[in-house]
Amino acid sequence: MLDADLAAQVEQDMRAVPDPEIPVITIDDLGVIRQVETADVDGRPGMRVTITPTYSGCPAMHAMADALAEAGRAHGIPVEVVTRLSPAWTTDWMSEEGRDKLRRFGIAPPTGERAHAGPPGPVPVGLQLRVVTCPQCGSDDTEEVARFGSTACKALRRCLACREPFDEFKTI
Amino acid sequence: MSSTDVRHVHYLLGLGDDALVYAQRLGEWLTHAPQIEEDMALGNVGLDLVGQARSLLTRAGEVEGADPLRDEDDLAMLRDEREFRNVQLVEQPRADFAHEMARLLWFSTYQRELYAALLDSTDETLAGIAAKAVKEVDYHRDHATQWVLRLGDGTPESHERMQAALVAVHPYVAELGEDHEAARWAAEQGVGVLPSSLTDAVNGYVAGVLEQATLTPPDPPRWHARGGREGVHSEVMGYLLAEMQHLHRSHPGATW
Repeated sequence: MLDADLAAQVEQDMRAVPDPEIPVITIDDLGVIRQVETADVDGRPGMRVTITPTYSGCPAMHAMADALAEAGRAHGIPVEVVTRLSPAWTTDWMSEEGRDKLRRFGIAPPTGERAHAGPPGPVPVGLQLRVVTCPQCGSDDTEEVARFGSTACKALRRCLACREPFDEFKTI
Repeated sequence: MSSTDVRHVHYLLGLGDDALVYAQRLGEWLTHAPQIEEDMALGNVGLDLVGQARSLLTRAGEVEGADPLRDEDDLAMLRDEREFRNVQLVEQPRADFAHEMARLLWFSTYQRELYAALLDSTDETLAGIAAKAVKEVDYHRDHATQWVLRLGDGTPESHERMQAALVAVHPYVAELGEDHEAARWAAEQGVGVLPSSLTDAVNGYVAGVLEQATLTPPDPPRWHARGGREGVHSEVMGYLLAEMQHLHRSHPGATW
């Protein structure tokens, strides 16, 4: 068995791994880590960490898995990274602290409301009217420039008050 | 797994190949879209589809249980044309932007209904993949919807070209709703759903968009594509695979 203090230290290091695309937040803030436990890894006492991917195709997931393994390796401990698909990751799992950090970094956190109106079915279509607050100046007078932004998880918007463009973390 | 049914593998390959091949076509838009935001959007949609394809092909390899196991790369890069089970819609060459939005509208609406139905799959891995994917394709469908509205209800030129695109893409749509052998088996087992059971919902959504976009639903086509689920593809498929697979086949096991 792994020494409890050491396991706690490794877990702390794992939870502090920054998101490779948005380094101001940790993958723990993002809600990607589902479980950390001590486990037998290849016959040695080690740790198993279970993560849930954000987007199916997000290239950052590889970097996250590598960084988690490295957090153990730094202490000489083998780490097994397990991917769990279900339940699917949602932006609801993002911590309040993570949302604050995003805002301070200039990214509007997920609003909790999807970018289109209502459930599927007889077409609630039309150009959307959803309020997203500018992380720079706090104005609600912002508009969408592109639904798909610089990474899979973000949309591009601009503020009509301060004229600054900014990213919005999409609700999913 | 003890008694693997090859139809389970074929069903998963159909889903995975649709996503993979369409992702390849969407990737071709990078630097060719009408504006840079669309380069990013179509690239992002393709990226979501690559992710879905990876999970689906990995699962197909697991269920197949070959010795040695075929992984996602083996299945994506080392199969030949006749072994791909995607519908012909997704392999068609890139045409103008209106054609792409017509194709994306139909395909993402189909995928949206499909993944929603697969949430109850008895294949728990497939249900998990569907739960993740359904939220992604929701965004794809919304994106296509907004463009079809904008182009259809836009200028006379954009309206005409959007209408022409619908007519051109339409013969490839029916194949999405055809009940092939693997799907019939999968539906009976609770692994999958009958494609025909999704058709009404797909047509209903698309019809609503077209109406609001002031577009005319295309007449039933005089022919329609068929055979993709059994590995019968159009001429363009070989060229698509040659481009997609050549690096992997020229440099086996290459990493960077």
